[in-house]
Amino acid sequence: MSVQTTSNGFLDAIWKLLASIRLTIVLLLSLAATSIIGTLIPQNSEPAAYVAAFGETVFRFFSVLGLFDMYHSWWFQILIVLLAANIIVCSADRISLQRNLLFVRKPRFQAGRFQNLPNRVEFEDERPAEVLRGLYESYLSRKARAVQADADDAGFSLFGETGRWTRFGVYTVHLSVVLLLIGGLIGSIFGFDGFATVPEGETVQQVTLRNSGERLRLPFAIRCDDFEVSFYETGAPKEFRSSLTLLEDGRPVAQKDIIVNDPLRYQGISIFQSSYGSLPAREAVLSFTSRSTGMVYTKDMKIGAEIAIPENLGTFVLTDIRHNAQFRGHPVGDAFIGRLTPPGGSPEEVVLPMRFPTFDRMRRGDVVIAVDQFKERHYTGLQVNKDPGVDVVYIGFILMIVGCYVTFFRSHQQVCIQASRRGSVTRVTVCGTANKNKAAMERRIQRLSAALKQLK
Amino acid sequence: MTSSLLLSATTFIYGLAGFIYVFAWVFRKTSSGRLATWVAIVGWAANTAGMAFRWVESYQMGFGHAPLSNLYESLIFFAWTIIVIYLYIEWRYGNRVIGAFSAPLAFLAMAYASLSPNISDKIQPLIPALKSNWLIAHVITCFIGYGAFAVACGVSAMYLLKSGRDAEEGGLIGRFPPTPVLDELTHQLVMFGFLFLSAGIITGAVWANSAWGRYWGWDPKETWSLITWFIYAALLHARMMRGWRGRRIAYLNLMGFAAVLFTYFGVNLLPGLHSYQSMQ
Repeated sequence: MSVQTTSNGFLDAIWKLLASIRLTIVLLLSLAATSIIGTLIPQNSEPAAYVAAFGETVFRFFSVLGLFDMYHSWWFQILIVLLAANIIVCSADRISLQRNLLFVRKPRFQAGRFQNLPNRVEFEDERPAEVLRGLYESYLSRKARAVQADADDAGFSLFGETGRWTRFGVYTVHLSVVLLLIGGLIGSIFGFDGFATVPEGETVQQVTLRNSGERLRLPFAIRCDDFEVSFYETGAPKEFRSSLTLLEDGRPVAQKDIIVNDPLRYQGISIFQSSYGSLPAREAVLSFTSRSTGMVYTKDMKIGAEIAIPENLGTFVLTDIRHNAQFRGHPVGDAFIGRLTPPGGSPEEVVLPMRFPTFDRMRRGDVVIAVDQFKERHYTGLQVNKDPGVDVVYIGFILMIVGCYVTFFRSHQQVCIQASRRGSVTRVTVCGTANKNKAAMERRIQRLSAALKQLK
Repeated sequence: MTSSLLLSATTFIYGLAGFIYVFAWVFRKTSSGRLATWVAIVGWAANTAGMAFRWVESYQMGFGHAPLSNLYESLIFFAWTIIVIYLYIEWRYGNRVIGAFSAPLAFLAMAYASLSPNISDKIQPLIPALKSNWLIAHVITCFIGYGAFAVACGVSAMYLLKSGRDAEEGGLIGRFPPTPVLDELTHQLVMFGFLFLSAGIITGAVWANSAWGRYWGWDPKETWSLITWFIYAALLHARMMRGWRGRRIAYLNLMGFAAVLFTYFGVNLLPGLHSYQSMQ
């Protein structure tokens, strides 16, 4: 028994804490204060850079606190989860307190509630109360809902209201925040965030995930048919455009030119233009100089093509392009790689650095091979994402704007018109109340009474 | 260029309007007050025309876009929203002392845009990431929000000056609207600003999602706008649910506006996607 009581007491205390606005204010200001840290310390950089900037001790300390990826750190996540719990519990608590106010089809008005309101306008009308009642009731029925008319000895009371639904505005905002968090969670669990670089004319099926560096195989392949970049006269970039074709089992299933701000979406996966760069093309113009005769023979060659060099100097195959190639242990940059087979001899590898056209002379062979020309081609850098939570987030966005508008600028207003016969005139009192923006209510009462005076 | 001429004139006219508002407040001149209003309206018309001409000129240069694409253009629009919001309040509340605390803010925004050596007033073509209709929606909503927060900051400053001295008749402070009016006005402006700040963050998120494939990336500008949002959200909850009034709300409001200013200017010192704003 006693155990249950304590646990109930404990749960009650938790519920009370989560239902407190004080906690909301503390959480909001804590989130504001702590969020600053991540804007001052660059996030997700290399550990070495942090050690250089802060020193070993501070680096360790900050690492433990997760300050290098602080928006995903355990304590920041706890703050967010607490805020979500706070929002949900507060809303549930208030909805249950206000249920008689929120879920009423036909509200009953009591004259007593309007007796001492400061917002009131009084005037006199010569017509009898019964006449006015007909006029006012039909007018109020057009302007307000739930109109209620009570007759008494000397006259009548009329009630009406508008905007009871606006009391849901604040819950709409709270729901929107919860939806944003749920959408974010869905995205981080079921989505991915990757990138791929695709040279023009080539196809990739895998992307590299940004957070883990792992490779992920897509359900389709991406072929880059073309990439173009254009510039303004000032030299600033004007447009990056990739012509992409998506292939499933080698068959094209989608085709689009993407530019920044206009991605390709297919099967829930979006492909964005993100960056670009250049690569040497897979063909080159090579020259073969015979050492004995001095004759120069020029050939257009593609990777994989084999030719017989004139003067019976052997056969040559252009086998590959190697980035940051090495020659006898020295870096020589990007290079074409070929295989030269002299007549009767064994094949040897030839390195043809693009930056040093006459490099092959150093080999002192019977034939000197040089790269005369090579074309460059572009590769496109693509951001490849899947985020199934986006729809939930966007619904949250819409609800937040609508909810904020309703919460701040629309109110639940109730009016009361009382009339009683005093001698030869009918005395009319118009008053009203609103759950917010009392100043607007005052103007509304004045407008209403002015309109009532005009009724014929 | 017609637009630069008009916008230079705007700076001067806003400065003049601010001066006359202060003069009318200090020397209690109703006639100069009325003059200040007219000067502010003329300044605002020049501001509007300046932006319109700049828009047209960008088309004449062959890469037309709305004049809302860099720090210079956003400051000009910021001044424009401050004056619109202030003039509306003057019309609604019939008090010109607030003008002495609002028009100078518009002048400062314009002067900073025109005079700072780090801000280029050249009309530049849009880089690919900025070519989006969401850019226009994002900048407009953000700066309507910032404009409301700027005026709210001025009103809170007035509140803090007047607070505790409500009984004083006459004198410089005595001509302020009563503190409950200032307090309520702050609240209204913050609600209005918060609605537009939310819309600004949201349009920015939708734009980021169409350009970079993520609606939120914790880059410093995004984070600072969220920090601002947290502070004003705390203010609204404190006031509406805990009944905070007066000085505490005024101080929170000043804190909120400090965050706005950092989001706007300070973040450009930090690395991030929005750093294109500081590009020359």
